[in-house]
Amino acid sequence: MKFYLKYDMDVIFRKTLEQQLSNLQVAYKINGLGEIEFLQSLSAEKVKELTVLLSVYGIEIINDHKSEIVQRIKDAISEMVLDTSSERNHKLSEYLPNKLGYSYTYLSSLFSESTYTSLENFLIIKRIDRVKQMLVHEKLTLSQIAFELGYSSNAHVSAQFKKITGLTPTVFQKIIKKRSENKTSFKQS
Amino acid sequence: MYLDRLHIALVEDDEDDRMFFKDAIDEIQMKTNLLLFGNGQEFLDHILLPGQSLPHLVFLDLNMPIKNGIECLEELRAQERFKNLSIAIYSTSSSDQDIEDTFIKGANIYINKPNDFNKLKSVISEVLKINWQYHTSNLSRENFLLRV
Repeated sequence: MKFYLKYDMDVIFRKTLEQQLSNLQVAYKINGLGEIEFLQSLSAEKVKELTVLLSVYGIEIINDHKSEIVQRIKDAISEMVLDTSSERNHKLSEYLPNKLGYSYTYLSSLFSESTYTSLENFLIIKRIDRVKQMLVHEKLTLSQIAFELGYSSNAHVSAQFKKITGLTPTVFQKIIKKRSENKTSFKQS
Repeated sequence: MYLDRLHIALVEDDEDDRMFFKDAIDEIQMKTNLLLFGNGQEFLDHILLPGQSLPHLVFLDLNMPIKNGIECLEELRAQERFKNLSIAIYSTSSSDQDIEDTFIKGANIYINKPNDFNKLKSVISEVLKINWQYHTSNLSRENFLLRV
């Protein structure tokens, strides 16, 4: 007696992933198309465990050296923006080689190759993102922000803000405020 | 956050403008995929299909027949599932009031339609590059505003 089966590889792949990931006991999200996102970074042992779990099913973790370095650079820059004490003492060209153990030239060209931006510009984008958060959520003034992030003056923050967003910090704040008021009145009506 | 290709939609009723835009994107050194729509309703009909994959970024012209850019913007922003979609308004108006209104209604980007091809290319390139960052790095999407 023979049976003929039809199957959906996507469903099988997803179910298999879910089963194996649940063994790992860490929070995750499957982003589809072979990408998993962990809500916290995994320890080296967990990565090893996951590699073994998946290898049984012929699933491999892509260990792409370049993307890994790019991710480490981004993490390092994020840390740098948050840790204001280090921001004042370090320049990108000293901070990154120290932290990651590669030359600045190497890191810089690898980064530009795969991200459509430069290291310096990425730092500015991240910093302005932080400025926005401080304006919106922490309700800080521009002077406080300039001081916290080690900018030389208000004017310097403003100019960089305008360059990245095309808006002044004041107009930005006004838009975000009106947007949230709109949402509230929308919900009430 | 890994991204192989930026998926873009252009909603524009003018055929010449659509062609310029497509040529500009083709000349930009970036991995993209572009879909074209003639008005807001066509675009909504497309992305509201069940299981439809969403673009990362949509360019909306303001003045269009059947459904204009503002109406389309409002309908998109009323739905939670489109919250990660970047919306760029693409218009000839450069009035501060118009610009602020579209931002308040949930647009992320406001572009003044340049009438010179090279300028158009550089503006689109800037918009695509910043969008790439928003889709590959941890940046706060709710605060994403850009005027070019």
